[in-house]
Amino acid sequence: MLNLPENFQDYSEARQQGFIKVKELKEKGKKVVGIFCTYTPEELILAAGAVAVGLCGTGDESIPVAEKSLPKNLCPLIKSSYGLAVTDSCPYFYFSDIILAETTCDGKKKMYELLSELKYTHVMQLPPGRSGSMALESWKSEMLRLKEVLEQQLGTVITDDDLRNAIRLKNRERKATLDFFEIGKLKPSPLSGYEINTIIDANSFIFDTEEKISLLEERTAQLNKDYQENLAGKPSRPRILITGCPVGGVRDKIIRQIEELGADVVAFENCSGPKAQKDLVDEDKDPYLALAEKYLRINCSVISPNPGRIEALGEMLDEYSIDGVIEVILQACHTFAIESYLVKKFVTEEKRLPYLGLETDYSQTDTGQINTRISAFLEIIAL
Amino acid sequence: MNYVGIDIGSTAAKTIVFDGTRIVSSFILPTGWSSKETAGRIRDQLGKAGFDVGSDDTRTIATGYGRISVEYADKIITEISCHGKGGSALLAGDGVIIDVGGQDTKIITVEKGVAVRFLMNDKCSAGTGKFIEIMANRMGVDINELFALAQKGHPIPISSMCTVFAESEVISQIGAGKAREDITAGIVESVVSRVALLASRHEKPEKYILTGGLSVNPYFARQLSHKLGQRVFTCEMGQYAGALGAALLAAEKLQ
Repeated sequence: MLNLPENFQDYSEARQQGFIKVKELKEKGKKVVGIFCTYTPEELILAAGAVAVGLCGTGDESIPVAEKSLPKNLCPLIKSSYGLAVTDSCPYFYFSDIILAETTCDGKKKMYELLSELKYTHVMQLPPGRSGSMALESWKSEMLRLKEVLEQQLGTVITDDDLRNAIRLKNRERKATLDFFEIGKLKPSPLSGYEINTIIDANSFIFDTEEKISLLEERTAQLNKDYQENLAGKPSRPRILITGCPVGGVRDKIIRQIEELGADVVAFENCSGPKAQKDLVDEDKDPYLALAEKYLRINCSVISPNPGRIEALGEMLDEYSIDGVIEVILQACHTFAIESYLVKKFVTEEKRLPYLGLETDYSQTDTGQINTRISAFLEIIAL
Repeated sequence: MNYVGIDIGSTAAKTIVFDGTRIVSSFILPTGWSSKETAGRIRDQLGKAGFDVGSDDTRTIATGYGRISVEYADKIITEISCHGKGGSALLAGDGVIIDVGGQDTKIITVEKGVAVRFLMNDKCSAGTGKFIEIMANRMGVDINELFALAQKGHPIPISSMCTVFAESEVISQIGAGKAREDITAGIVESVVSRVALLASRHEKPEKYILTGGLSVNPYFARQLSHKLGQRVFTCEMGQYAGALGAALLAAEKLQ
């Protein structure tokens, strides 16, 4: 069964708590920038003296409204996010001064066009790949353009010193996040994947980076202690790595199910996983170049080709002693769905590990089918 | 000792009793609307045949969508592992099991007698028994009649991937006065193509075997063999593969 700490706050609790904090911040004159993706250079937002808040939808309540404007056969994350914005039912969207987004997947970038009817939306032009001759230069110039946009829209000035400080602070946050993720390397794992994923996603609602860092450090120390005192040497349940699309909207249906059915989710190879945390922004280079380099290295399937993802996956399968891989594909996410061919091949042929692909959406209609697939997968692993 | 395997699928509930050497009883009941009631009816029927699921010399494993409703089962195992086990017993060896069920289609690769890899259809019901059932309803025939008609026709292709849209395509074919034989042949062809496509995502085995509700129909297996370019075996007990696997696993695991 799921082992959660006493003071554990689930995602919706953490999200709600953040409402009050963001309101207070606004009253004190803080600017708020709504964001959607790991490609967002949060350092520039910090340097502008503003706070960033994640606006990705994780529930299906807002989907019917979104489908009035968006096609039904579209990624649930996109529909859910748009639905929250258009119904004005998300306080974070409401309190956001501007929206900052990137041309990532086709669904998102076209949705942002609709979103811009509701609120000022700046969309950074992310290159479609790393290998183009101008990819890095153009992405760097997008960083510089973002600086101007933030200065204009938020009425502030971003100095190089501010930016360097922000880079150092975010790097410290990355290290703290990485240490927390790496608790999953311990065998048996002292924490559930449900908690890992909830904490990482809910961290988007803590607006003080120092506070975030110390919360992560505290939890990591606790878990290390718990492992040393109570768990070291004990037997482990099968260890699962999750890869593919963001899983915030299917946390209960998939992550929780896996753990209730008898395995431990110990690692996540997706947009907010440890690979992105290990990769710091260079603190010595020109800060805009350093940011461009870092954010172009993110291994999302929107980048073509995307060999870094397979490399990261390979490292993680070894480092986290993985017994099986479950890939989550959100319905109509073409880039991850296509890339899953390469992922499956790599996992089953090269690493010789069991692989299960699950295509799903945010509804509850396939709970039974998902449950059967996960149970069968775990039966096969147990053999 | 008797080993009972119960496979409650979305359409039919299959039961097998294995005494350690041979099958001593087997029967099928319609699942109906309540798996719990079905489980009760199975217990009653077993009782009448002289098998008491509550007794010390009986071990029961339940599988299928209704597996959790069989409260008297000693263990529950998914239909993937059970079909793997049962299918491999029917094949007398390794191979790929194609199970076309009422709600799901499964492709299961069996090595050394156990399921090692599987693939299932996505959420949608195209390419499953449900598709045939809905279309038979629309044509005003039962499933056997539909296959009988289809054998005499030349398939009119159905282009839609979705059962609901495919149904409207069929309605417009009916409206256009197309021959029933040709429409039904198109319906079967559509399921065969979907199942073959799913199967082709697994490596080609030495042997294919078709299990599940559609395995009783030789025409379907023939069309599938044709599409896959390799013979797809069927056998009388094909529909019982999950229940048989459950009974065999009970004999193996529950002493």
